[in-house]
Parts: sequence; structure tokens; C-alpha cells
Amino acid sequence: MKHEELDAALDSFGDALASATRVTPGNALRPEDIAVDGVAPSDEVAQYALTLGDDALILAQRLAHWISRAPELEEDVAMGNIALDILGHARSFLTYAGLAWDKSEDDLAYWREEEEFTSLWIVEQPNGHFGVTIIRQLIVSIYQHLLYQKLATSQDETLAAIAAKAVKEVDYHRDHAIQWTIRLGQGTEESAQKMRHALEILWPYVDEMFRDEPVHQNLESIAVLPSSLRNAWQEEISAVLAEAGLEIPATGQAMAFGRRGEHSEHLGYLLAEMQVLARKHPGASW
Amino acid sequence: MSKLIADTTKLFAIAANVNDPEIPVLSIADLGILREVTLDDDGQVQVVITPTYSGCPAMDVITEDLHRVFEQAGYNKVDIKLVLTPAWSTDWMSEEGKKKLEEYGIAPPTGRGHAGRITLGMSVKCPRCHSLNTRELARFASTSCKALYTCKDCLEPFDYFKVLS
Repeated sequence: MKHEELDAALDSFGDALASATRVTPGNALRPEDIAVDGVAPSDEVAQYALTLGDDALILAQRLAHWISRAPELEEDVAMGNIALDILGHARSFLTYAGLAWDKSEDDLAYWREEEEFTSLWIVEQPNGHFGVTIIRQLIVSIYQHLLYQKLATSQDETLAAIAAKAVKEVDYHRDHAIQWTIRLGQGTEESAQKMRHALEILWPYVDEMFRDEPVHQNLESIAVLPSSLRNAWQEEISAVLAEAGLEIPATGQAMAFGRRGEHSEHLGYLLAEMQVLARKHPGASW
Repeated sequence: MSKLIADTTKLFAIAANVNDPEIPVLSIADLGILREVTLDDDGQVQVVITPTYSGCPAMDVITEDLHRVFEQAGYNKVDIKLVLTPAWSTDWMSEEGKKKLEEYGIAPPTGRGHAGRITLGMSVKCPRCHSLNTRELARFASTSCKALYTCKDCLEPFDYFKVLS
């Protein structure tokens, strides 16, 4: 369905802003209300916010899948908490991006096709065994922690505000991943072997995280250049892996271009599950 | 006291009637969620609130409750604004709020946050028997803002409202 048709369909429900995440139509607080003066971003800033929102949205969807499946109850709760925080970041970024195109966070989350998503390949990789999820969290949360620290000084006030909020939460996520990495790396022979396996699976997606694209290069002092995070990231993750008795694997790098809408085969399945309800019942709220 | 100041104090008190739906003994003022209440020249009430955590689901309920309490007090035009900056911190929790939290069975935030992986924080006091001999079971608990602890003296598990500074 085209966006125009969707808008018309939503209007027919008597609420042009009908949202799947609102508790009471017309009353509840929407992230649209998250605003520093409510100024709509330029198209370029919106594109950048979209990349940040997409990374967070896809990772949150992946992590939420652990609820009821984690190795222990506390871990179910931890994964749920972390996924919820990250979903909160996604909602803020997507809402802000949507202001430029008159789209809601739900339009962007539920009504875009696979090739319109700009997320990194690492966040869409399947959860695998618990070690794979933990290594992905280690890689991504150290990255996001550095990214949001820098983004908090962005000249774009809304991006800076979202980042300043997010960095405090990602700090907990990072600590959680580090503690598990050390525990499993130094645990039994089997747990260490699974962590080595996880590193081999995920390391090919590391380079993509640090590739500068036009969306970053055209926004000096607003966007954070991914390449500028690489050294600090490498230093931090190397120290954690050393303490865990793990090594950086000698794998090649995948040809990953998520920022341009080219994705691995995994994203389509993830989106199908995430979007099915909203597409089957457009404008539904609960 | 001018009429405007009196009104603002009264409006803040009205908004402070709203409690956190997940910790019903605490008002949003105790928690530091409620930042500012003002009255426009045209009679519109402006309420500024801030989320504790980005994904906190309580914000929706808090907004509805704010509309309700103002409506009951006779104010029909209420605008609620959610601001992220400066980001919320547990330092904003009132002393009275911390006291209420402990009476309710949740250990209030103490001291500063953890420093890296060397967790050098103040001991968390058991809200039931007040022992300092407690242990963190999980950093994540029933809500994003809490961690799960257990008391090694009375053997009861309890929630700790963790420090976010």
C-alpha cells in the first residue's frame, strides 16, 4: 500500500494519527511530543535520525525475542528491560525523523519495505545461542555508548537530547554484556568455545559500523562520523576480550550495505513478524 | 504573593496528586518526573514532565492521570510536554520520596552509580530489616529503574531503585 492510500485508510478510522502504540486514542502521550521546540528536521538530518532509529528498532525486536527463552528468569527480565530501553530510543529517533516527512513513528516502523530500512547488518543477525546474543550486545553497546556520548554534543538539539538520555541507559547495557562476556569466556570449555563461535559469526559485520556514508559526511557537527569511533571502540572491546580470555577472530568482512537498503536475508523475516499485525489491522490501537 | 505565583503553586500541587502507576506511593513530584507547571494568559495549563527511562511505559498513564486531575480541578485546557533534556537522574528524587520508597519495601537509590566493572558503591540497605549485608542478584528487575537484591540476614529479596546519575 502506498503512503497516500495508508493515510486515507487511517483517516477513515476517524483519527489521522491513529497509533498502534497509543493507549487511548487522542489522549495518551506520543513521542511526537518529545520535542525541543518541536522543530521539524531537515531532510538530511531526518535521514540520519532514521539510521539511528532503524538500528535501535531492529535490535530491540531481536532482543525482545529472548523474553521467555533466556537461560534463567533474571536474564528474561534483563533482555526485556534492555529491549524496552532500546525501543524507547528507536521511538524517539523515528518520531523525530518522521516530522520531516509528516510520518508517525508507526508509519516508519510498520509501513516501510525491507529496502527502505537503513539499519546495520549486525543488528539483524539472528540471536543464535546465548553467546551470539551476548557478543552482539558487546559489539553494539560499546559502539552505541561511544556514539551517543558524542551525539550528545551535536548541534541538533533534539538529537543531542535523545542521545544524552540514551547514553545513561546504554551504559547499563554495556556493563551487562561485558560481565557476561567475561563470565562465559572464563567459564567452562564449552562456554568459551561458544563465545569463540559467536565472535566468528559476528566479526564480519564490524567494518560496516564504522563506514562513513554521505548521510554522515554531509552533516558536519550534527552527525557523528562512524569512523571517528573506531579506535576507542577497538581499544575497549580488545580489553574486555583479553580479560575474558578471548581473541579477535581472523575472519574477513562481509559486503554489508544496510545504510543503502541492501540487507541480509534475515531482515525480511524479522520485518514480516514485526509488521504483520499493523498491516493486517491498519490503525488498530490497544 | 501575586495571583500568578499563587496559581502556579496551586497548579503544581494539583499535578503532584498524580502518582507513579508502578510505584503508587510516590508522586511524580517525589520522583522528579514533574518539572514545571505554568498557566498561559489564555488559561491553558502547561505541564512539563520527563521520563525516567526512554522506554518507560508509565508515561502514558501519567499523562492520562494529569489530564484527569486537572479536569477535576476545573481546568480543561491542559498541554503536556515531554522533555528529554536535561536527562532525568535519581538525584532529582526528593528526600521524602526516598523515605516513602523505603517504607514501601523498595530500597531508595544510595550514593553514586557503579564505576566501570569495579562496583564501588555504597551498600544497599535492606528495606525490611535495615541490614547492610545485601547482595545484587540481577541489575535488571521488575522495571527498568530497579535492580533485584537479596538480604543475607533476613533472606528476603527486594527491589532497589538503582542510581542513574
